[in-house]
Amino acid sequence: MSDAPLVEMQNISIAFGGIHAVDNVSVDLRAGEVVALLGHNGAGKSTLIKILSGAYRRDAGTIWVNGREAAIANPRDAKRYGIETIYQTLALADNVDAAANLFLGRELRTRWGTLDDVAMESETRKVMGRLNPRFQRFKDPVSRLSGGQRQSVAIARAIHFDARILIMDEPTAALGPQETAQVGELVLQLKNEGIGIFLISHDIHDVFDLADRVVVMKNGQVVGSAATGDVSKDDVLGMIILGKCPAGAVPGPGAIDGAAAA
Amino acid sequence: MTQVTTHAPVDGARADAGGPLGRFLKATELDTRMLGMLAALALIWVGFHILSGGLFLTPRNLWNLSVQSASIAVMSTGMVLVIVTRNIDLSVGSVLGFVGMVMGVTQAQLLPGLLGFDHPATWMLALAVGLVAGAAIGGLQGYIIAYLGVPAFIVTLGGLLVWRGAAWWVTSGRTVAPMDSTFRLMGGGPEGAIGATWSWIVGLVAGAALVLALASGRNQRRKFHFPLRPLWAEAFLAGVGCAVILGAVAVANAYPWPVGIVRRYAEATGIAVPEGGLFIAHGIAIPVLIAVGVGIVMTFIATRTRFGRYVFAIGGNPEAAELAGINTRWVVMKIFILMGMLAAIGSAISTARLNAATNAQGTLDELLVIAAAVIGGTSLSGGIGTIAGAMIGAVLMQSLATGMILLGVDTPLQNIVVGMVLVLAVWLDTLYRRRLQ
Repeated sequence: MSDAPLVEMQNISIAFGGIHAVDNVSVDLRAGEVVALLGHNGAGKSTLIKILSGAYRRDAGTIWVNGREAAIANPRDAKRYGIETIYQTLALADNVDAAANLFLGRELRTRWGTLDDVAMESETRKVMGRLNPRFQRFKDPVSRLSGGQRQSVAIARAIHFDARILIMDEPTAALGPQETAQVGELVLQLKNEGIGIFLISHDIHDVFDLADRVVVMKNGQVVGSAATGDVSKDDVLGMIILGKCPAGAVPGPGAIDGAAAA
Repeated sequence: MTQVTTHAPVDGARADAGGPLGRFLKATELDTRMLGMLAALALIWVGFHILSGGLFLTPRNLWNLSVQSASIAVMSTGMVLVIVTRNIDLSVGSVLGFVGMVMGVTQAQLLPGLLGFDHPATWMLALAVGLVAGAAIGGLQGYIIAYLGVPAFIVTLGGLLVWRGAAWWVTSGRTVAPMDSTFRLMGGGPEGAIGATWSWIVGLVAGAALVLALASGRNQRRKFHFPLRPLWAEAFLAGVGCAVILGAVAVANAYPWPVGIVRRYAEATGIAVPEGGLFIAHGIAIPVLIAVGVGIVMTFIATRTRFGRYVFAIGGNPEAAELAGINTRWVVMKIFILMGMLAAIGSAISTARLNAATNAQGTLDELLVIAAAVIGGTSLSGGIGTIAGAMIGAVLMQSLATGMILLGVDTPLQNIVVGMVLVLAVWLDTLYRRRLQ
């Protein structure tokens, strides 16, 4: 059992209309591992990850969590397995405050069943204090916050509920260099706590140094995967752009034929 | 006691906003938009008072105004939730008409046959039947909107025609009258008001509840070491709140029963009418109590329950709500069920007031309800709105109508003015929000 990966997605497929957005994809993730999921826009990364987070329902394939088959049909199911997601769009309700967003769908309640706003604000102050100590705008709707502050709210929401598997979809797309570095530190800290992390990006430079392993997708298929120590950035770029699988990598169904030998 | 105020650092951007007025608003945490609306309402009242030569701000007019606003105010509280989730309900007026007919037939034709005439349980059963009918209609419309994916505009536009037709169909267009004598109390009038003593009791209880709520909120925040409002601000809020409540009671108690009714009452109870007439105060009207009660319950639902939180989250970002694991369809359906029940309560008030159920009842009410919600600050793009605002919006609309009647303005011109005020109000609101961004 201890050998089983934290998450294993096997032969996952989903089609929208006639388009195979994700076509027979298998990926896995171990505890304390950071796997970067790379590919162009439209390669199917976000779609694959939305299947894991319960936002989309797959047409085919199985998901295993801790070696057991997991039934994930909606976001609530995914959260029950400890899968938390930071979406590219952040998925924040702009009109309510940080605490309401952090606890959205998992509100703390008083013993009379009403919302316990004070307790939620208190928890929010704690977790935000860790992520963004200068943050004080607890009463403002999140639409008034800066990009980085909004990002911290989304991250806080993902890590507050004892996530075991964290999905970060383009986590640094909206951030400046300093905030990007902060997210990097956070990723390493969470990894040390034994959390498995999927990092999704179309930009290899953002994630190559953080990741233990890269998985490259193109046209809905896996081109190949490799430990970051075994390949260079240029190799990975070749995978992303050409679909060519280099020597150090394990080719997937999407690799160009014969490229593995090159 | 107050040193905790400085416990948490204050956000620099907001601490020093504006001069004394800014500091006052920040300390009391009052909503400037709501204050603006109250100012507009005050302006309208004073304006009509002067123009009508002192007829507007009289206990009699204000009491009637409150009763006339009640039905629309009740329905507007539900419309806020509907509009907050980016939906609309055009059917409330027709639902009011249909449910009114159902309640009318229940109490005037069905129940007397079963229980006998004027049975004490009649009003409750009739109201219960109305509430169930309203909930069922709302549930049906909500199901089609949420689960079958038909836009709310279309579903409720269809509902507007369907339920108006159904209201006619219940009795083939005949008016049903009279209503049960207890049921009629929901419509106001000298009988349908709680009298001076009870009004004072209600006022005192409400004032005490307000003070208690402020105190317990402060306690909660102190327990968690959050920034607190300065004590003077709390005292100011409590003082103004109590003054408004007791002032409203005083006005309601200053409006006496008409002479004819007093004479009949005196004859019936054997009281000697003294020289100069007997002063019997109306007190707070029952429909107004119902409306205020609905407003409190709906505010509680909107701000203190999970359901309310989800309503606003869906309005702010439907996709985010879905991704957070909220069953958004069920929430939307529940909103429409609630709206149907509120239309039933509104129907009970207006049917009782008219002492009859007619098939034309509530015609165009949907527009007044939507206008009240929108004037009250509910944003049609979703996510923003308050129950209290919508209720003030309902009073504002009714004030315009009443004021123009007092001034003898022609009916067509009344509609023109109300229409223009609606557009003007929303335009001002747009400007306000843009400045806020």
